[in-house]
Amino acid sequence: MTDALDVTLRLLIVFVVFLTFPLIVGQTEHKVMAHMQGRLGPMYAGGFHGWAQLVADGVKFAQKEDVVPAGADRRIFQLAPAVALLPYLLVLLAIPIGPGEGAVGQVLDAGIFFVLAVMGVGVLGSLMAGWASANKFSLLGGLRTAAQLLAYELPMLLAAASVAMAAGTVSLPGILNAFHWWWLPWQIVGAIVFFVAGLAELQRPPFDMPVADSEIIFGAYTEYTGLRFALFLLAEYAGIIVLCGLTTVLFLGGWHGPWGADGLGWVWTLLKTAVLAFLVIWLRVTYPRLREDQLQKLSWTLLVPLSLAQIALTGIVKVVIS
Amino acid sequence: MAEPLPPTRSRIPGSGLAKGLAVTLRTMTRKTVTEQYPEIQPDLPPRTRGVIGLFEENCTVCMLCARECPDWCIYIDSHKETVPAATPGGRERSRNVLDRFAIDFSLCMYCGICIEVCPFDALFWSPEFEYAETDIRELTHERDKLREWMWTVPAPPALDPGAEEPKEIAAARKTAEKLAAAQAEPTEPAEPARPTEPEGGAS
Repeated sequence: MTDALDVTLRLLIVFVVFLTFPLIVGQTEHKVMAHMQGRLGPMYAGGFHGWAQLVADGVKFAQKEDVVPAGADRRIFQLAPAVALLPYLLVLLAIPIGPGEGAVGQVLDAGIFFVLAVMGVGVLGSLMAGWASANKFSLLGGLRTAAQLLAYELPMLLAAASVAMAAGTVSLPGILNAFHWWWLPWQIVGAIVFFVAGLAELQRPPFDMPVADSEIIFGAYTEYTGLRFALFLLAEYAGIIVLCGLTTVLFLGGWHGPWGADGLGWVWTLLKTAVLAFLVIWLRVTYPRLREDQLQKLSWTLLVPLSLAQIALTGIVKVVIS
Repeated sequence: MAEPLPPTRSRIPGSGLAKGLAVTLRTMTRKTVTEQYPEIQPDLPPRTRGVIGLFEENCTVCMLCARECPDWCIYIDSHKETVPAATPGGRERSRNVLDRFAIDFSLCMYCGICIEVCPFDALFWSPEFEYAETDIRELTHERDKLREWMWTVPAPPALDPGAEEPKEIAAARKTAEKLAAAQAEPTEPAEPARPTEPEGGAS
């Protein structure tokens, strides 16, 4: 009985985090982006500085008609948003925010494998949407998504493998237990590669070629309306949370901090995740979109060699200190 | 052969990217330029061309404004009234009485020519701009509305230091000086009574 209660409680907490944190990131993006462009951003919804803007957006999306194009592959078309969104919920289950059994949804021995494999499934949602929409812009967007996935999954995996090598384990809490502060300069290249590749995987600007709205409308999401469209957007912001959380756990030491008692580890995790989420927004505001060829070039000629060099460095240091 | 590099090009790779990040971060810490208009009224310059106000007490129905208007958006109706002679045996005078003065702001292009040509200072710019209507026909505003807008006309901007004295003020000052001189010399008591006399007595 207590087991069932425990599981229910953990799932409930993860679910609530999954529903609220993306909204917080979205609202932060509204405000930060506005101020970085000399604007105010939303000011009306909810009264105080437009705090309820995304709630209002959600209500609007819920009221809209759910249109499925006549030529679309109906079942696949309708299933795609769920396929895009759910993997991030599953990944969230495996991210530890504090030390011990109590601060993680589910302890997995093969944490890195699980997390990276499931995150890759999220991109499948965009692919399904692109194929099923019966729209050439959607198809183009879907194919660009596929190309981007192929290009950036590799450096991401290699960077994560470097950390796993350093820690000697693929379990996320295990990596954090093995963490020392000097891992930070040691793995910094891997961290940057992982973060940039993750951004590309989420199709966040400046890597938003698959949804480039000035040339292919909205890529794979062109034909979507109402709640299904909102789910795609939610998937993007949930992806930011997951990416920032994973970068924190793998490279920035998660719950380890320069000071603070044992009970406050989760504050460090959340703080680092928030700073990274701000960085995601900051990069989006600052840089223009990469062209498709620049995008591929960045991955194959810069990120992949860098991650390989990082693995080599990790191996050498590991042999030297052992 | 070799193209000269632009002078701003830096040696450190990635310094351009860092500069971009610095620009956005600096902008974030600065004050925004957004005006929250319905909550906070905009701070308009004094000569803003918002709407045209009519000071109908000054209007003599000379029709100059209506004739000069490039859009023909000023409508004026009037009739003549005879004014009985002011002095016994004098001649009856006729004067124009304004019946209707309307400006169609759906046609008006805010050129301000009517205000420029008015010889009697009956038309003024007002910075008031919140008179949108849902029907285009309601944009033709009648004299009572135009008269109300006169209350929103700001005082004329101050003259430049060292500017020539305005004609009206010069005339008023001369009259006042003359009066003062007359009062200082009590030998001529008839003089101060002159200005109060109506104009009909002059002929």
